[in-house]
Formats: sequence, structure tokens, C-alpha cells
Amino acid sequence: MGSATEYNRRDIFKRAAALTVMAAAGGPLLAACAASGSSSSNNGGSAPTTGSADNPFGVKSSDPLDVVIFDGGYGDDYAKAIEGIYKQDYSGANITHLATQEISGKLQPRFNAGNPPDIIDDSGAQQMKIDVLQKAGQLTDLTVLLNAPYRDDPSKKISDVLLPGTVEQGTIDGKMYSLNYVYTVYGLWYSNKLFTEKGWTPPKTWDDFISLGATIKQSGIAPFCHQGKYPYYANYLILDLIAKQGGTDLVTRIDALDPTAWDDPAVLAGVSAFFEIMQKDYLLPGTNGMTHTESQTAWCQGKAAFIPCGSWLENEMIKITPPDFDMAFLPVPSLAGDKLPQIAVRAGAGEPFIVPAKARNQAGGLEFMRIMLTKEASGKFAASANSLTVLKDGIDPSVQLKPGTKSSAAAVTAAGSNTFNFTYPDLQTAFDLALQNATNELVNSRMTPQQWVAAAKAATAKKV
Amino acid sequence: MRHRKYPFIVGFLIIPVVLYVVLVIWPYLQTFGYSLTDWSGASQTMHFIGLRNYTQLFGDSVFRTALLHNMLLLLVLPVVTILLALFFAFMLNVGGRGGTGGVQGVRGAGFYKVVFFFPQVLSVAILSVLFQAVYRTDQGGLLNGVLVKLGVESADHPWQWLADPNFTLWCVMGVLVWSGVGFYLVLFSAAMQSIPRDIYEAALLDGAKRTQTFFTITLPLLWETVQTAWVYLAIAAMDAFALVSTMTPGAYYGGGPNYHSEVMSTYLMRNFITFGKAGYACAMGVVIFFITLILSVVSLRVTRRERIEY
Repeated sequence: MGSATEYNRRDIFKRAAALTVMAAAGGPLLAACAASGSSSSNNGGSAPTTGSADNPFGVKSSDPLDVVIFDGGYGDDYAKAIEGIYKQDYSGANITHLATQEISGKLQPRFNAGNPPDIIDDSGAQQMKIDVLQKAGQLTDLTVLLNAPYRDDPSKKISDVLLPGTVEQGTIDGKMYSLNYVYTVYGLWYSNKLFTEKGWTPPKTWDDFISLGATIKQSGIAPFCHQGKYPYYANYLILDLIAKQGGTDLVTRIDALDPTAWDDPAVLAGVSAFFEIMQKDYLLPGTNGMTHTESQTAWCQGKAAFIPCGSWLENEMIKITPPDFDMAFLPVPSLAGDKLPQIAVRAGAGEPFIVPAKARNQAGGLEFMRIMLTKEASGKFAASANSLTVLKDGIDPSVQLKPGTKSSAAAVTAAGSNTFNFTYPDLQTAFDLALQNATNELVNSRMTPQQWVAAAKAATAKKV
Repeated sequence: MRHRKYPFIVGFLIIPVVLYVVLVIWPYLQTFGYSLTDWSGASQTMHFIGLRNYTQLFGDSVFRTALLHNMLLLLVLPVVTILLALFFAFMLNVGGRGGTGGVQGVRGAGFYKVVFFFPQVLSVAILSVLFQAVYRTDQGGLLNGVLVKLGVESADHPWQWLADPNFTLWCVMGVLVWSGVGFYLVLFSAAMQSIPRDIYEAALLDGAKRTQTFFTITLPLLWETVQTAWVYLAIAAMDAFALVSTMTPGAYYGGGPNYHSEVMSTYLMRNFITFGKAGYACAMGVVIFFITLILSVVSLRVTRRERIEY
């Protein structure tokens, strides 16, 4: 779930700087609100369908293509490679490439003027929220993409070659509006070297986790730390405990903002288990107020044993991690009576790509996505961003994976069909924010698990 | 050529006036218009909904909290900043007691002036990064590091500063004051230098003490400058966006923990950019505009005094 996640794992300095630019625009905030008045007719978000097997969307070779890429942790080299492939097929296309961190700043006026780009990597701190865009009728329904032939093997459709969960992750009200391109696994992380040295066994059950915590604490290391300033990281652990206890059915109900989902005893069981960390005083001192960089650095320095995060962690901390750290992934330990097995993991697609409904070259945008989903493009992405894509078997086996990625990839293989994922962080912004606020109170012990559940239930009424 | 004066003046004024109207006045008017719609900020589709945004706004508990926080800033920020700046400016310009008499600042005044002005040179981004390091919640933070070393607090449970609901807004205020004092010090210094020295000398000959000279001479003669400073600081107190959004916890423009440092501008931005409630955000913008306008007018009126000629 790139989008919401990207929000804070980008460099905090850049974030501060970007915000200052906005602040410098100060009073003129109001001025910024005032969009240009032009508007073009809404073509309803349906995409062109005429085309041949080679060119299913009917791309005109002469049409220019306007690409906007979020220039974050994954860079934009992979996008340039994809543009290169596009240019081979449609040689007349004049491609405009913009790599930026200011997605909202650059794109909001364009959406308002009815002149959006043809394809957007809509991520980062200033992501334009997918739910907001969808509600404003600005997104192309990607069903046509799913039904289009797979470029590497035209006997298959695109929908056949996507990893499970990819479609769901971009689906609002039954239609897919965003292609989440990066495959992410979530769970706990530890240093295999530290654990081997100390003779600790990575816990399979939550009881083991708690009792191991006592041992870890005695050795002078904090058993657990988290990215306190951004409580959604702690939510990975809490919500995974809940999901494993309550099963995928409960996950669906939580995503659907069903208030009764929170009455399920699995919810209280999961959050109470998490709360034991606070009760046993297992937190790294200060972790509740630290940024993701600060806490992840402390973890890399061996000040804490476990940290919750997604699989971008290794790439993000690559410069700080000691060479012999031997990063390893641990699926969230299981509670007694769990509906999902211990090996189950939260895994799914992130980094949403969208084609605006009013894009001039909508067909080109869709074709760009189809090119993204080829072995060639997927391999280029893996090589430059150190991450997996949602294309099934998209990576050549010869690619050497780093220990953390290897370990999380192994966990995905072990989990098989036992994966689940939450869509609310992408698609229910207001609810997600309220839940983060509640978790922040919980980790500071200013709220009990019961109050947290009540707050979450109340937050289901919040919709954007 | 007297009759040619007006075309000449108009010729010079027309361009700036047009620019001002197009770039400042017109967007403001548009904002008023948008505040009456359900505009999402993501498309030009919108519907007129009358004053519904405003009625909703006054029932919005988060907005009321934010408004209260701005009011608190408004009470604290100008008073503390002006008092500190006045005190320092006075000490640096006329507070010294030279052995040979005469009016001068404390020893090393020139050096202090540079030091005090220094925060003003830093951009808000640097301030934010700097003070996040100061307020860091583990021992790596400047404050916590010192306090732990001094044994004031335990290393296992250091203070949470920005992450603590009781401290967070005060921490931001501290930074605002810290960064503002230097500027007003220089402003007041300049004003003080224009006060004729002989007034002070006469007072000194009559045996006036430092506090007496401050309250009977400096402050009254500086009143108009203080008034200006007050209005500026009041406007700054209505904003505080940059620091709150970068320093405080909470997704999308800070304001946390749990709205304890929320100000109107951060809530506005979250609604505008994140939630896609641009019409609602415009309504907030209009409310902020009027509050700021009224405050400026009121503070200029209330503090109006007879001008002292010298």
C-alpha cells in the first residue's frame, strides 16, 4: 500500500522543505484554492476499447504522452525505461516526463483545469487521494486494462498475470481505478545476527513473543520499537493481530467501514495482545515520538529487537544498516484461537498508478500500464528499486536478493494463499486518520484497548 | 505642466493595481464563492450549497479546538515576544551603565544583536529540523539528553515533548518566540536609536533607574512600533502552519497527538488537499480571513494613543 505509506517514509527534510514552500505561499493559500475557471466536459471515465490485439486501446502513434512520476524511494529510472519501450512501438509519440515529489501541487491545478496528464504515479507525501479523485469522477475505470492481452504472452489477459490482491487494492465500488505496482509484505523485522548471537528464537506465538521480550529486556535491549510519530506503522501490527484472529472475513468488514466489525471479539483480543507491550514496558524509550527514520536507525543500531514495517524497509535503511546485520522478516506471531495460520502475512500491492478520466491520451496511459506489466519493465523496476512488482513471476531467478528481501519473499512463498491486505489506508482516508490518532493514544497508554476499539468504531462514521 | 500630473501618476499605478486585483483580490473573491459550494478541489464539478459549509464548520469540534489553539497563540505569542524583544532591545541600547556616564547598551551589545538576530536568518524548514532534534523524544534529543544527564528525568521514560498532548503546543510556541524575538529586537532597536539621547541623559542626571527610564521614556516613545509589532505577531499567531505541520505528530499536516496542536491552517490544508473538501476548506479560509482582519483593526484601535512629539 504505497500511497499512504509513502507519506512518511520519504525524507523528512524534503517533507519539511516542501511544506515550507507551501507556507511561504502563506496567505496565498487562498489564492491557490482559486483554480482557473475552465472546465471540459466529463467523458465519464470510460476508456476507449477499439483496437487490435497488438494495440488494444487504439493508441495513435502521433499522440504525445504526458507522464508524471513520483520521485521517491523508487526513483524514476524505471519509468524512463518504460517510456523507452513505449517509444519503440509508437515512435511518433512525443513523451513529456515529469519526476516530482509535489504531486498535489503540480497536479491539482491541472485536474481542476480539465487538463491532467495521461499517466500518474500518484504517491508520496502530497499524493492526491484516490478516494477523493474517484469521487470527483477523475479516474479511468481500469477494467479495460484487466481485459487487455498480456504483452509477453497475448494468449493471457492482464488480469491473469497480476498477483492476488492487486485488483482489490485499487477497487472502489466494484471498479478498479488504480494499478498498484509494487508488491509489499508487512510484518515484524529483526536482525538475524543479533538473534543468533544471543541465542534467541524468533517467536511463532504471541505468548513466546511476550516471554522472549522479558529475556531481551534483561539483556539491556528494548524488545520493541515503532515509528511513533507516524502511528500507522504500529497499526500494521495491531491490525494484523486482529486479522489473524478474526480471519479475512473480518478484514473485509473492517475495510467496508462496517461498525459492527469492531464488536467482533477478535478485535479486542488483537489490540489487547498488542497492549501487553506497553503493560510490560517493552518499548524503546522515546519511540512513541520518534520519526520513522529515527526509530528505524535506532533499530539498525541494535537498540531494539523488533520493528513493524513493510518490505521497503531494507531499501530505505540500506545506507545505515551494518553490513552483517542480516535483516530478517517475521510474520506477526499468532494468538490462541487464530483463524488464519501463523504463516499468514499481510501482503499486497502498493504505489498506485492512475489514468485520469480527462487525459488527452487516455489510450497511451493505459498502454503505459500494459508495458509496466511486462517482464522487461518489471525486471528493470526490481533492479533499480530493490522491490518486487505485482507481475506474477516478474523477476528473473538470477536476480540476487538482499537478505531482508529474500526473507520476506520466502515468507510470501510459505504463506501461499494465506495472504490478506487492508484497503482502508488507501481508500478510507478519514477513517485511517482517526484510527492512527487512536493508536497514538494507545501506545502512550493514554487509552485502554477498550477505548481504542470504541474510537475505531466511532471512526467508521468518518467518510471523505 | 501641472495638469499632466494625474495621467503621470495613474500611468505608474495602473499596472500594480491591476496586478493586485488579479492576483490578490480576485482569488479572495473566488474563495468566498467556492466556500458556498461542495467543490472537491479535484475537478471543476461543484454545486451551490449556500451556507451549509459555514453551519457545518461551527459544529465541527476539531475546528473549534483549532480556533481555541489559535486564540491561545494569540494571547501568548505577541505578549511574550514583545516583552522579551523590548527588554533585550532596551538592554542593548540604553540599558548599560558606563563608568563615564552617557547612554549606551550593555557591554558587547553589538555582538548580542547579531546573536539575537541569527534565528531570523534561518528558514522555517531549518527551524523545524533543528527543533525536532532539540525535542527528540529519546536521549538523542538535546533537551532530554541534558535532562537525563542532570538526573531530572529517567532514561527509561524521557519526556515526550511534541508527542505529549500537554506540551506539544507550548513547544511550538517556544520555537515561534525564539525565532521571532530577534526580528522585533532589531525593530525596537532601530526605533530606540531615534529617541534623542538627551532625554535619557536628562533622566539619568535626575537619578532615574533603568526600570524608570524604560517605562517613562522608552515604552511611550516606542508605542507605535510596538503597535505594529503587535499586529504582525497577531497575524503570525493566526497562522503557525509551517511549524505545526512539520514538527508535530499526526498524518497529513500534523496537529497531533489527537488534535492537541491543531491550528486552523493545518486543519484547512488537511480538508483541502487530503480529504478533498475544498469548499469546506475555503469556508475555513474565509473565517480565518475575517478573524485576522477584525483582530488587526481591533488591536490598532484599542492600542491607539496620542502621538508624542519630540
